[in-house]
Amino acid sequence: MFRRYWVTLIVLAILSPIGLLAEGTAWGEWDADELKETLGYVPQGMERFKDLWQAIFPDYSMNILGDSNFGHYTEYVFSAIIGSAIIYGTVRLITKLILQQKNKTICTK
Amino acid sequence: MHIPDGYLSPSTCATLGAVMVPVWYRALAKLKETLDVSRVPLLAMGAVFSFLIMMFNVPIPDGTTAHAIGATLIAIILGPWAAVLAMSVALVIQAIVFGDGGILAIGANTFNMAFVAPFAGHYVYRFISKNAPQGSNRQVIAGVIAGYMAINFAALLASIEFGIQPILFTAVDGTPLYCPYGLNVTIPAMMFAHLTFAGVAEGIVTGVALKFITRESSNLMIVPNQIGKEV
Repeated sequence: MFRRYWVTLIVLAILSPIGLLAEGTAWGEWDADELKETLGYVPQGMERFKDLWQAIFPDYSMNILGDSNFGHYTEYVFSAIIGSAIIYGTVRLITKLILQQKNKTICTK
Repeated sequence: MHIPDGYLSPSTCATLGAVMVPVWYRALAKLKETLDVSRVPLLAMGAVFSFLIMMFNVPIPDGTTAHAIGATLIAIILGPWAAVLAMSVALVIQAIVFGDGGILAIGANTFNMAFVAPFAGHYVYRFISKNAPQGSNRQVIAGVIAGYMAINFAALLASIEFGIQPILFTAVDGTPLYCPYGLNVTIPAMMFAHLTFAGVAEGIVTGVALKFITRESSNLMIVPNQIGKEV
């Protein structure tokens, strides 16, 4: 019964590279290099915390397919699929735990 | 609107994280009461939808980009507490796996997009669509307006979080420690992007998807008397 939703999500994942056509960075999401260019310096606190975390696929890229547009687009689609799978699984897991707890409380009542 | 690490002071991050802990706790408690097993796939797909829709960057004429977030849609279909869970999972995975939004900033980003946005969208939608028949145009229009307003509320809060940084936190030499732009810059910049393009995108996404889902599975959508129990 959810077939059409799945189709929609898959189409979105495949079309996601459309989102790469928009040039530039979201406001307030510049990295230190970009900020240094416009501002002339990198704020000290930012310098300290900016690299706190190393993402597995930073900016939805994987650095395996090279620096071509095709590479970027393909990695973006892969990121969409991997991210979707992890998010879907995480929500299913959390809701499973919620419903298990719910049943436990009903049974012990 | 995914604030990276370094733009907010650790204390700002901790404050907003401290706000989110009881919100998450309450979301889980509410869902334990009201979540029906038949709605679980829709909830998980809602989180995936939000994640995917956030990948569609929209160009803004000032040279930046922005995107829809899908929070209002999930709040309308499954209730605001379900939306808190779905949006939070999407945002946490974005931060951990893709570095989209900071790790310290998870509290701030979830506060804006997984708490303020779904609840703002929920209340605006319920207000405009009150007593509207299921599947009516008024419901769709309510969804469009709710989506538009909710993402703008979230953007406004993000811009305030950014903008208070240089007022509160400066280095010994007087330069800003974190986000260097004050409220006079952050509010116009964030609101320009969201009042014009991202808000319209969120409105259209919410309206179109709401119409589609109402047609496909209106039996699974949360109804106002269930919401009464939820909020």
